[in-house]
Amino acid sequence: MTGEPAQFRMPSLGADMESGSVAEWLVHPGDQVRRGDVIAVIDTDKALIEVESFHTGVVDSLLVDAGERVPVGTPLALIAGAAPPSEPRVPTPTAPPARKRPPARAGKKRPQPEPQPEPVAGPPGHPPQPTPPPPITSPIVRHLAEQRGLDLATVHGTGPGGQVTRADVERAESRVKASPLARRIALDLDVDLAAVQGTGRAGAIRADDVRKAAARAGEPREAAAPAEAAPAAPTVQEAAAGEPRLEGRRDAMRQAIARAMARSKREIPHYYLSSTVDMSAALGWLRERNRDLPVSQRLLPAVLLLKAAARAAKEVPQLNGFWIDDAFVSGNAVNLGVAISLKGGGLIAPALLDVADRDLDDLMAALRDLVARSRAGRMRSSEMTEATITVTNLGEQGVEAVHGVIYPPQVALVGFGKILDRPWAVDGLLGVRPVVTVTLAADHRATDGFTGGRFLTTVDRLLNHPEGL
Amino acid sequence: MTPQRARELIERALAQVAPEADLTALPPDADFRDLLELDSLDFLSFVETLSDASDYRIEEDDYPALTTVAGGADFLAARAGPG
Repeated sequence: MTGEPAQFRMPSLGADMESGSVAEWLVHPGDQVRRGDVIAVIDTDKALIEVESFHTGVVDSLLVDAGERVPVGTPLALIAGAAPPSEPRVPTPTAPPARKRPPARAGKKRPQPEPQPEPVAGPPGHPPQPTPPPPITSPIVRHLAEQRGLDLATVHGTGPGGQVTRADVERAESRVKASPLARRIALDLDVDLAAVQGTGRAGAIRADDVRKAAARAGEPREAAAPAEAAPAAPTVQEAAAGEPRLEGRRDAMRQAIARAMARSKREIPHYYLSSTVDMSAALGWLRERNRDLPVSQRLLPAVLLLKAAARAAKEVPQLNGFWIDDAFVSGNAVNLGVAISLKGGGLIAPALLDVADRDLDDLMAALRDLVARSRAGRMRSSEMTEATITVTNLGEQGVEAVHGVIYPPQVALVGFGKILDRPWAVDGLLGVRPVVTVTLAADHRATDGFTGGRFLTTVDRLLNHPEGL
Repeated sequence: MTPQRARELIERALAQVAPEADLTALPPDADFRDLLELDSLDFLSFVETLSDASDYRIEEDDYPALTTVAGGADFLAARAGPG
């Protein structure tokens, strides 16, 4: 398909990401790109991510300069002669919590907005607003939004097909404290309330604050006043902050984690199960295997745990996927998010792709590579967006059991504690065995405890037959 | 291998897995896995580097002897050949 160039947009690299900047363009206008080529390095709050193109074609133009912070979904480049991707590369589930447009899959069926030549030329304190296809809403909801001065395009819809419901409007309104008049003026002057510093009671935004913000928006970047950003809004003050400093990045990461985890606990009715697994078979097998191999090819118990979790997720597919728009969407493969703690603080959960069908040596190499790149801050976009279930291995830090918080929109999180020697009864005799506590936190909207129980039983069975892993 | 030489190798291997850490501040009898927050991958890299450098194949059974710099140096000095 030729004709209208395809838009390469700021991807959502995780449920907690709302904005990002291009740290580096790896292509120039006129370059030929193929789907899957890394074309830019995106700086999220958490890390530098290499982002792959969804399209094949020729780079027509770059719309955003390196260093400019823009919301998720903003067109970054135009790719001419692009064939539509055969399948959505970024699955719907990766849409951010406060997505400003319908998910990619639904978006494909809608008319694309006209490519804007300078979509991000907006002044600071005034994030670029690529006009997204408006979500379908009922007249009542539209009226309600209008009355309250809310731009519907900025409201996250939780109804069928991303439809904005009355509750969504009410929630959106409560996110930023502002007077109704201030909201109306903000809508008229195209000011993002999230970027406005409120001077009213409890930081509420008054009409005057909005007018001042609108006036400031005409001034150069440096003049932008620091603004309190609402939790679920693009953090404009970060854009104005200039060079990301380490301290700032850490704060930003804390904020990103805070948003994702708060969303998880707000939306997901978690249930928790745990089971203690005898690891003597697994560790014995590993020991024999490692004894005969060069040190560089040793496997870690963590790899057996990851593989067992992935295989179990394949056998109990109800836990492998996403909860989107009131329905479960199953993952195509088991892409295991691995919670990796970063040196100096912070947490990131990139995915090991297709874990259930990879052999242990391959997985070990992939894990080493992933951890090294995560800590160096170089992940790929596919790793940041395609996890279908996440594993946290806090046992490394010595805890016995971890009752995790699900990373939305995933529906399950598996936790492994430390492998400890414990008294253990086998066939009526008491012995000492290495055991590990495996926990499952699962979304009760998607599954019931019975399914979760089957998952843990499967993990137990697999770890007791390590030769089959 | 002298304990002094073994200690040098251990510190060099640690510097590789924890480049940001100040190893001069590391007490020789403290558990460095805890202090440097090494996970099992880090520790495996440490073992690999140390095995190469000392020309002594460190077995998994040896891991408990390698928890402190001082203890590890004694262990390695006793096992590894001259070097």
